[in-house]
Formats: sequence, structure tokens, C-alpha cells
Amino acid sequence: MKLVIILLSAIFVNNFVLSRFLGICPFLGVSKKVETAVGMGLAVTFVMALASVMTWIVQILVLDVLGIAYLQTIAFILVIAGLVQFVEMVIKKTSPTLYQALGVYLPLITTNCAVLGVAILNIDEGYNLVETLINGIGGALGFTLAIVLFAGIRERLETAPYPKALEGFPIALITASLMSIAFLGFSGLL
Amino acid sequence: MINDILWPVAILGGLAIFFGIVLAYASKKFAVETDPKIDEVRAVLPGANCGACGYPGCDGLAEAIASGKASVNACPVGGVDVANKVAEIMGVTAEETERMVARVICGGDCDNAKEKYEYQGIEDCKAAEILAGGSKSCRFGCTGLGTCERLCPFDAIHVVNGVAVVDEEKCTACKICIEACPKQIIELVPVSKMVRVLCKNTDKGKAVVEVCKVGCIGCQKCVKACQFDAMTFENNLAKIDYSKCTNCMVCAEVCPTKTIYADFSRRKKAYIDQELCIGCTICKKQCKFDAIEGELKQKHKVLEDKCTGCGQCAIKCPKKCIEMR
Repeated sequence: MKLVIILLSAIFVNNFVLSRFLGICPFLGVSKKVETAVGMGLAVTFVMALASVMTWIVQILVLDVLGIAYLQTIAFILVIAGLVQFVEMVIKKTSPTLYQALGVYLPLITTNCAVLGVAILNIDEGYNLVETLINGIGGALGFTLAIVLFAGIRERLETAPYPKALEGFPIALITASLMSIAFLGFSGLL
Repeated sequence: MINDILWPVAILGGLAIFFGIVLAYASKKFAVETDPKIDEVRAVLPGANCGACGYPGCDGLAEAIASGKASVNACPVGGVDVANKVAEIMGVTAEETERMVARVICGGDCDNAKEKYEYQGIEDCKAAEILAGGSKSCRFGCTGLGTCERLCPFDAIHVVNGVAVVDEEKCTACKICIEACPKQIIELVPVSKMVRVLCKNTDKGKAVVEVCKVGCIGCQKCVKACQFDAMTFENNLAKIDYSKCTNCMVCAEVCPTKTIYADFSRRKKAYIDQELCIGCTICKKQCKFDAIEGELKQKHKVLEDKCTGCGQCAIKCPKKCIEMR
């Protein structure tokens, strides 16, 4: 039961983009087309799940044991960056199709704050390995949900009439904030 | 105390070295065979990742060039230098990569072309086009409202006295103005070709004279004057075949309406290096303007006022002793 709660909480209630305000950069940058938004979402899901597990292992087996937990941030960045690079190489070799779909987005999320955020939150919440994995996947699914919905809205905005002064990022930011308010409605869910 | 510093350094360093070794191993183990040309082309591209070529960054363009999807001069930022280097890598001759520039094919400025009515609508060529084809009497000419000027991302096209003029130094041949022009009077031409027919009016001579002082009236003097078959006449318009044009500018000299424009200050002259010349008379026979004199076995001389700078003698000279400057 706890796992389900963690999953739903990560997707809806504590949505990484819309309530924690992490990963705003790709959220605004890669959300002009639904297609690319889906690609980005998939890549984030992939990396977040892997990074959650890897950073948890590093934290428990290395940092905690030696009592240097204060090095968490820099160590995690190192782990995530190395991991993403490694994964990119493996995918490029083993599955060219997957690389075509994810390839260009992988380097973008190397040091994404949503990925680092989920890793640090896992430790702060005191999750075990399975809970960590579920939280990572849930957070990433929440990110995917938000960015795909947002991209859908932006695609329609292209043809919608609105004041010229708001063209581009202003209207995107207003849309994002309205979406964020809408997601507040999920706070009573759990 | 010393441990507080050493342990973190050792751990972080250790992690870094561990990942470094893993990545180094992985890059060998999972190396994907790629066309070495991609890396070579990538190395000579500017690396600004500006996306002006239409590909996702320089890497994307390098891949497209190497696979033949993009032409060697596809990078608008690098210009001729980069195009030449890329052409070298791809094994194509530099001739094919000559820089193209946009040119507005109209000379009907405020002094030359008559106005049909006074246009007071919004400053946009497309809007004016809807109103009976713009305010100029000539329905083929530049409306001069500067839609191209506003769209040009390189500040290379400006409306001067009612006609758009391209700054050839800045033009990158991105074609944005060509697509935007409602009159379709902007064309891409090789930058080295200095002669241009500045008219698109396909009406008969009399109708042209009525609307514009510099319109092509179809006298065909240029066709007769051209020694290189580069000038053709179709649809009541003179047309230059730039693959044959030699920049001799004779057509511009004979054109009675000055529709054909050439920058005579950039006209070249042939110079024969007297030390290298062996007096073979090949250049003399080659010259269509009788601008070279000299007997067999004697040094040849160029008559400057007859030379048109077509450069044919320099191409044919076996000793390569003729210089165009």
C-alpha cells in the first residue's frame, strides 16, 4: 500500500514540475511539440529510475558508512553524469532506434535538477531501495505527464488569439502557472 | 583533522576515477562505427550550434553533409571559407560551392517607375499586392514596402529609393526573402557574376516604356552583343545564363534603357607578364574584342581600352602569364 501511495504522491500531489518546481528548464524548453515532449519524458523516466537506485546505493554503501553525507550533492552529480554518459553509450550500441528517440535528450538531463532532486528527496525521506525506485519512476511519470499536457496546450496556443505582447515565453509561463494551480486540486487526493 | 580532508578527497576522487575507467572502457567496448568524415566535417564547422542551417546544431549538419543530404555550403555562418574546407573533405571541387547571393530583379525605383496610385495601407508588400498589385504602375516590380527587409535575419536587404537592394557582403542566401516576396523578383545568383538584368516585366516594349524608364523593352541588342552566347531572350525579357557569362559587361554597355546593370568600377583588365610571355598568339586568337596585339614569337600586349575583362585569354594562356586584375 505504501508503494502505491508513494507512486501517486510523486505523480500527482507532489508533481516535480508543478508543485516542487524542479526541472523547469526542460519543461519550458522542450515543450513546443507533443512528440518531442514525449521523447523528453521517456528519457527523464529512464534516467530518474536509474539515478534513484544508483545514488541510493552510493549514499548507503559509501557516504553513510564513511560519515561524509555532506558530500551528497557533488557525489550525486558525479554519479548521475557518469551514469547518463554510460547509458547513452550502451543504448547507442545496442538499440539504434531507442537512441534515435532518446539520444538528443539524454545529455540534456545529465545535470537536471529534477533528477538530482529525486535522488536527494529519496534519502531525506528515508526510503528503502524499492521505495526509492518507485519514487523515481513516479516522479518521472509526473514530469512526463506535466510536459506532455503542457506541450499539447502550447500546440493549440499557436493558433489561438492572445495579445501579441504575450507571444512566446510570457504566455508559456502563464499557462504553466495555471496548470500548477490546477494540480493543486490533487492535494486532497491522499 | 587530516582525515576530515583526506577521506572526502579520496572518496570523490575514487568515484571519479571509477566512473572515468568505466566510461573509457565503455567508449571502446560500445564504440559505434561512424563515418570518419562526420568528425572531419564537424571539426571545420564553426561550432556555434546556431541552427541557421536548419539542422540541430553543427553535429547534425556534419552528419547530413557526410551522408550527402546537405550541400557542402549549407553552413550560412561559415561562408566561403568553411564551404571550401568542407568541399575539400568531401572531395568536391570548390567551383560547385561558389557563394550564392540574393538579388532583387527590379530597377524601378521612385525615379524610374511611375506610380499607379498613392498607397496608404499597412507597410507590407503582401498587403499592397492585394490592392491591384501594389502602387507601382508596373505589375512585376518591387513594391518597395520592405517585407523582405523586416524578415531578413542578417540585415542584408534594404529598401533604397523604393526598391529593395541586397547587401551582398551580408547576404547568406538563406532564401527567407525569396519565399516572402509576393512579386517573386528575388533570385539567387553566383556572387562573382556582376552583370544583371534588372527587369521582370514580360510585357511588350511599348507597354514597358509607359510604366518604367529602366524596363527591358526587348530590343535584343544585348543578345547580339554577347560574344559568349550567355544572353537569351524569352518572354520579352533578356536573360543571362550565368554558367556562360564572363563578366565582360558588353551587354550592359549596349543596353539603351540601362536595364542591364554592371558595376564598371569592378571590371577587370588583362595584364600579360612580359617575362613569361612566349609570343604564342593563342591569347590573341582567343580574344573576341581584338584587345591583344603582337606578332608570333614577340611579346604580346593588351590594349586596355578594348579589353572587357572577360578573362578568356587568361584561361587559355599555356604559360599562365596573363593576370586578371
